[in-house]
Amino acid sequence: MHNKSVAELSRELESGKISSVELTREYLGRLKKEDEQLNSFISITEDQALADAHAADEQRAAGKATPWTGVPFAHKDIFCTNGVATTCGSKMLANFVPPYDATVTENFRKAGAVCLGKTNMDEFAMGSSTESSHFGATTNPWGLSKGEKRVPGGSSGGSAAAVAARLVPAATATDTGGSIRQPAALCGVTGLKPTYGRVSRYGMIAFASSLDQGGAMARSAEDAALMLNVMAGFDPKDSTSIDREVPDYTATLDEPLKGLRIGLPKEYFADNLSAAMEEQVRGAIRDYEKLGATVKDVSLPHANLAIAAYYVIAPAEASANLSRFDGARYGYRCEDPKDLMDMYTRTRAEGFGAEVKRRILVGTYALSAGYFDAYYLKAQKVRRLIQQDFIDAFREVDVLMSPTTPSPAFIQGEKSNDPVTMYLEDVFTVAINLAGIPAMSVPAGFVDGLPVGLQIIGDYFSEARLLNAAHQFQQVTDWHQREPQ
Amino acid sequence: MQWDIVIGLEIHVQLATRTKIFSGSSTAYGAEPNTQANAVDLAMPGTLPVPNEQAFRYAVMFGLAVNAEIERRSVFERKNYFYPDLPKGYQTTQLERPIVGPGYVDLDLANGETKRVRIHHAHLEEDAGKSLHEDFHGMTGIDLNRAGTPLIEVVTEPDMTNAEEAVAFARKLHGIVTSLGICDGDMSQGSMRFDVNISLKPKGSDTLGTRTETKNLNSFRFMEQAIAHEVERQMDILEDGGTIVQETRLYNGDRDESRSMRTKEEANDYRYFPCPDLLPVEIDDAFIDEARNSLPELPDARKARFMEQYGLNDYDAGLLASDSKLAAFFEAAADRGKDAKLASNWVQGEFSARLNAEEKSVADSPISGAQLGDLVVRIADNTISSAGAKKVFEALWSGENDNVDAIIDAKGLKQVSDTGELEKMVDEVLASMPDQVAQYQQESDPKKQKKMLGGFMGPLMKASKGQGNPKLFNEILVKKLGG
Repeated sequence: MHNKSVAELSRELESGKISSVELTREYLGRLKKEDEQLNSFISITEDQALADAHAADEQRAAGKATPWTGVPFAHKDIFCTNGVATTCGSKMLANFVPPYDATVTENFRKAGAVCLGKTNMDEFAMGSSTESSHFGATTNPWGLSKGEKRVPGGSSGGSAAAVAARLVPAATATDTGGSIRQPAALCGVTGLKPTYGRVSRYGMIAFASSLDQGGAMARSAEDAALMLNVMAGFDPKDSTSIDREVPDYTATLDEPLKGLRIGLPKEYFADNLSAAMEEQVRGAIRDYEKLGATVKDVSLPHANLAIAAYYVIAPAEASANLSRFDGARYGYRCEDPKDLMDMYTRTRAEGFGAEVKRRILVGTYALSAGYFDAYYLKAQKVRRLIQQDFIDAFREVDVLMSPTTPSPAFIQGEKSNDPVTMYLEDVFTVAINLAGIPAMSVPAGFVDGLPVGLQIIGDYFSEARLLNAAHQFQQVTDWHQREPQ
Repeated sequence: MQWDIVIGLEIHVQLATRTKIFSGSSTAYGAEPNTQANAVDLAMPGTLPVPNEQAFRYAVMFGLAVNAEIERRSVFERKNYFYPDLPKGYQTTQLERPIVGPGYVDLDLANGETKRVRIHHAHLEEDAGKSLHEDFHGMTGIDLNRAGTPLIEVVTEPDMTNAEEAVAFARKLHGIVTSLGICDGDMSQGSMRFDVNISLKPKGSDTLGTRTETKNLNSFRFMEQAIAHEVERQMDILEDGGTIVQETRLYNGDRDESRSMRTKEEANDYRYFPCPDLLPVEIDDAFIDEARNSLPELPDARKARFMEQYGLNDYDAGLLASDSKLAAFFEAAADRGKDAKLASNWVQGEFSARLNAEEKSVADSPISGAQLGDLVVRIADNTISSAGAKKVFEALWSGENDNVDAIIDAKGLKQVSDTGELEKMVDEVLASMPDQVAQYQQESDPKKQKKMLGGFMGPLMKASKGQGNPKLFNEILVKKLGG
């Protein structure tokens, strides 16, 4: 059963071949056994899952099922879950149990899905390797057979590793600078970051508000479409969410790709990309040509500024977003503070990890008097230019394609003491967040036995087209079916 | 040396919306601590602000009332600082693009001149919570009921030159926001709070001196005192050859003392930047037109109407029109009868004095405008004397009885105006005071005669048990004594 997709499981449940309780038990058993070496989960909510599975079976029996009723999945631990610990990978929130659901959580609950637990992540979603979690690093299931402990990417590394290892068929994830696509690529799964505002951010613990976007981590584009059907939509509780009709993302998956115009940004096929990686990505693009797509080179002239702009804007917003963790109302508070200042400084010194502190400091600096114009304001201007690059490109082509990452999964610890090298992991992904457009990563080959991701980038609200392009590719390739041993 | 005083004001006006500016929880005052703060107000992780349309409508109404430009696109910014009663670690406010642009208010000064005070801008923002330093044994309690209450902060240009002008402006603004119904104006509950910026410069000089800011003054009286105090403090320093330190000061009205809260060097770097959780707010013409059409009568228009409709003089009309509740009270009183001037005197005299003495607002008054109006009617038609009227007022105020005529009856305050009866009393009193009558009749100076009449009034009032109509007594006396 654990090898089945969400769509398949949904059909099995519908046919009555298996109950949600049975399915949930099977997944929980596998999860408890296999996750010891992966550490892809922060918490497993067995009792709640079984209760939800039971309720789902009753729903099905009553004929009130959605495609998700009774299907197991997991939430990234950044989404608030009513009554269930939500840590965001931090000591700061290790004891935090929200009294409310994130809108995404609520949507899955309403759809009848069964959440098995909360997946591991970089602390407050800051990182590209899921090594900054207070609950320990997650290990990529690829490479384990060779005895290598590789990173699953980050910050949604827990979700990616869990889906890759078939511990859950799908999981929610979030992407601020590539945190869905990069781990999807490194773990060989399908990840979708929707248009900014397409999925509500309510109850999704904020890292950088203008960049954060919830999305899907799944085995296939079809499953990602099923997830987006549940996640997308306007939310009156999030004034940055967009009031626009949500299509049925599964309805257009089978449309032929003939005539699809693909653009290859030349800046994303430059010297920082290894020959082996490039070969795999070019191979995937040839598959698209066989499906009837046409390919042309395009330019994103400000691509080289994206990392710099991102690492000003994201920390600036984070420095304010994380101010609320002050020990006053919830979460961690230091022992016996001697006065207010002591409470603040020790709570934050003890509660936050190194990467979070680094970014708070960078952000505070970038916003401070005398530096605001030179950094924050300049970065926002660069952001406009990057946005305009994409708008110009989409006048010529329907989608852009590129590698998702410059290299496959690296060994744990290899980059964790060198933040700048780590930041370069996101070189092909951050510009998409700055522009607010949607993008996916789909498995597209292997280098040294490790998965390689193809990034498909679309214009605003073109999720259906991206999913269609990914699905058609997955009809003629089997990269997404490969399993780590 | 002679000094020019330069005063600018920053005024926090709490908007009377039912719910908070970015959350659905109630803004009602006085509830148990933290019962009106939801997950958004507590800044729980993942929660997001959703703007309250009514707050924008109120801000636009305010802008229109002070002749200001309304910005079509306003932006919220985060003002970052740590304080336990600031749950998010930043205040959501407006800096670069506030909703209300430059405007002005005209003041009618006591000397009959009109003074224009320019408004630099007014912006929308959220209030913080409250820190409670008592009852927690060396700890601090936090009440977040007020956190997220919508405010507009009105910032003036430094156009005022003395405490009287500053207070007149503050009162005028109070009248405007209460007339608009966008603020309850209750300063004791912090609904309006004033920060005063003051600097001194040598008379006639064009260069502004160093200013100080005195924060959080919550009554007109404290504001006036604080200005006088600060002007004197700065003058003493300057005349001793010292320099003024740019700083924020706190004024203690009970002791008439002030102390430094922080100097410029200690001020926070607030690291303002546009709030990424809130999109820029676009305001269209329809919204502005709707707000314009909903504007009620404002103090200036009301003053003109009071002069016209009730024949009040400039001063009385201005005073009564400045406060919408007082104005409504006066109108209710005046509308009972014809003597609006007398009603005005009673509203400004006995009634206002009593409110002040008991530190009550018009809204807390135990008597209604209509009741006071009934009382005025009975004074005007000579049913009661002014001394009797005070007794009636007292009975109304204490809640002894709510009907003016019933009180007059019960207390036997009706004046005797039957001339036959009064003449009899005069005859009796004159007969008992032959020496005084002779003195009066021998006096040739009419002024002195007039004074001597008073000597008869006491015994007459005594004889009539206080119920004789003094005016009629006077007429009869003059006639009888004149023989």
